[in-house]
Amino acid sequence: MSVKQLFKRAFLAAVVALGFSAGAARATDLTLCWAAWDPANALVELSKEYEAQSGNKMHFEFVPWTSFADRMLNELNSGGKLCDLMIGDSQWIGGAAENGQYIKLNDFFDANKIKMDDFIPATVVGYSEWPKNTPNYWALPAFGDVVGWTYRKDWFARPELQAEFKKKYGHDLAPPTTFDELKQIAEFFQNRDIDGKKVYGASIYTERGSEGITMGVMDVLYSYGFKYDNPDKPYDMEGFVNSADAVKGLEFYKSLYDCCVPPGSSNGYMTEGVDAFKSGQVALQMNFAFTWPGFNTDANVGGDRTGYFANPAGPKGDKFAQLGGQGISVVAASDKKDAALTYIKWFAQPSVQAKWWKLGGYSALRAVVEDPGFAKSQPYAQTFLDSMAIVKDFWAEPSYATLLQSSQKWFHDYVVAGHGTAKQALDGLVADWHATFEEDGKY
Amino acid sequence: MSLNLAQRVASATPPKLARRIRGVSDRTIAWLFVTPTILLLLAVNIFPLIWTIRLSLTNFRTNRPNNPVEFVGLENYRKILTNPDTWASLQATAHFLIWTIVLQVVLGFSLAYLINKKFRGNDLWTTLIVLPMMLSPAVVGNFWTFLYQPQIGLFNYFIEFFSGVDPASFSMIGDVSLAPWTIVLVDTWMWTPFVMLICLAGLRSIPPSIYEAAECDRASKWRQFWTITLPMALPFLMLAVLFRGIENFKMFDLVVQLTGGGPGATTLLTSIDLKREAFEKWRTGFASAYAVILFVTVFGLASIYVKALNKVKDR
Repeated sequence: MSVKQLFKRAFLAAVVALGFSAGAARATDLTLCWAAWDPANALVELSKEYEAQSGNKMHFEFVPWTSFADRMLNELNSGGKLCDLMIGDSQWIGGAAENGQYIKLNDFFDANKIKMDDFIPATVVGYSEWPKNTPNYWALPAFGDVVGWTYRKDWFARPELQAEFKKKYGHDLAPPTTFDELKQIAEFFQNRDIDGKKVYGASIYTERGSEGITMGVMDVLYSYGFKYDNPDKPYDMEGFVNSADAVKGLEFYKSLYDCCVPPGSSNGYMTEGVDAFKSGQVALQMNFAFTWPGFNTDANVGGDRTGYFANPAGPKGDKFAQLGGQGISVVAASDKKDAALTYIKWFAQPSVQAKWWKLGGYSALRAVVEDPGFAKSQPYAQTFLDSMAIVKDFWAEPSYATLLQSSQKWFHDYVVAGHGTAKQALDGLVADWHATFEEDGKY
Repeated sequence: MSLNLAQRVASATPPKLARRIRGVSDRTIAWLFVTPTILLLLAVNIFPLIWTIRLSLTNFRTNRPNNPVEFVGLENYRKILTNPDTWASLQATAHFLIWTIVLQVVLGFSLAYLINKKFRGNDLWTTLIVLPMMLSPAVVGNFWTFLYQPQIGLFNYFIEFFSGVDPASFSMIGDVSLAPWTIVLVDTWMWTPFVMLICLAGLRSIPPSIYEAAECDRASKWRQFWTITLPMALPFLMLAVLFRGIENFKMFDLVVQLTGGGPGATTLLTSIDLKREAFEKWRTGFASAYAVILFVTVFGLASIYVKALNKVKDR
């Protein structure tokens, strides 16, 4: 080898070495967008491990739930580059997939041996798939959530209340197995004096502006027999959305609102429910499972004072619950998609998912939730499992926001404002949804 | 011989620049000054307006960038004008608009009349009265939701104190018949001081000599009010009505914080409805048509009103 060749090779080696070292040292700033709530704080904590391992720096953009959809959908629709990773609501998946706002993850999952069979099936359908029930994945299930109930275990345990309740209703004062029993309990506690303080029956969702009342009403309607459309003829809603059973379900929700909520509960959602329960105002509270760790450690209602139960059954024994939760996606407009994918790869690891659950995040990984110790790991863990087994979700169509606004209007108008009948509200909803799907060319 | 200003400016202009602008007419110079403003107006006002009109004739949706944009003619306008929900929303807006203006004008003028009288602590009272209008509408909306809270709200306890009605027995925000008045009440609380300030300016602009002449003619206070005070303050009063009318037609933040448009659609003002169409349902073409209709309505009404205002001023 001549001296000239030696110099040439040495020079090339130096360039390659320099390139590698520069590549290894190059850290990427990633921004993850999500709602501002307790699990987001847990994710910040969890992500420190990713930062240490990858050298990438994580930034977070958290927006309160009431304006989360407004803010983030604006970001996606405008092709903004603020978010590299998005933990978006389950209903966004259709629009985000069809409009190319999320990147498709199938190839990435295959290359990294991430199997969707490893996740709770309902979360895969709800958070990842579009079209639904097809193997087209746009997100990794990130946070399992579902609407369930909390109750004041300490009040239920009082002998004098148990005796009075049994005398009045003929059965024990215990977590309800049917919605009728739930209403009996709510009526029993409404305006009752407990420890010198007036308390009320139940806190339920009534919020008008975003999605609150729809989540609450749907949570009850499913168990009464409501269906979004004809299983044999998609988007055919007549007789399904406004079936006699669905009408009964909506009437039930209104009767619960009329009889048993604290005064001034005309516009309440997750936060208001948490406040009502923590301040000792209500015996029962409808809320998403993400709120439960907060109750468990609360100074006023924590520990043995709070119990948890999954949605009770409807009149015909059907039992369903409204799905919450989100998947994590890579935003197509991001310039750092490769780095963002490394975060998803890290997040999908069983050890990280196990830590996620310990920090307060509801993992959707089966290895975590099917672990023999999971059900007893927290007082609410079994209720979470029971609830996740019975979930249904709202439309995830690209027009979901329009469909949601229609249900918000009709449900609030009937339940809170008291206009018209349940049948008229559901007929009106069918007409609105039909018009939306007609505009979308579904017929 | 002393030079006038124009001569001094001319002599101070560097010869090179003077040669360049020599021969430029006054009209050209005027255009040179006005052109940047016109360009800015075209860019931020006229172009978006024309673009909105163009969008209003299409089925464009911002959240469907891949969908073809079709020309739909006046279909969006037809849908809006035949939609009962639009008329319900306009009715809610009219209720809000009329009652806030009536209450704010009556209270604002009365307060201005009182403040205009010289008394001890006059300045302190003026400062205290104008405090609400210095707050952010979102903040005002938020804390009034607490005041209206049936269990802990001061408002319900205030009503109980005077009427004996159980505070937990009624919800100002949740009741269909009360909710439209809750937003009127809060807006009146917040913006009456603004009307008061304009009226105060009007009252202070009346020369005292007119009242002195009226005193000489033995005109009663009542007559002085109807023949001097009110007619001379009327242009200011009308200006306040114009400002408040335009502001309240596009009222959004305060009402969203207070009621979110509910219960049902009881307080769903047009601006909230429009925002939901544009940025929640993402029906951009439809929302553009809605915006054009509202713009034409406000512009038309404001033009008629300004003509009336000018007539009153010239009188």
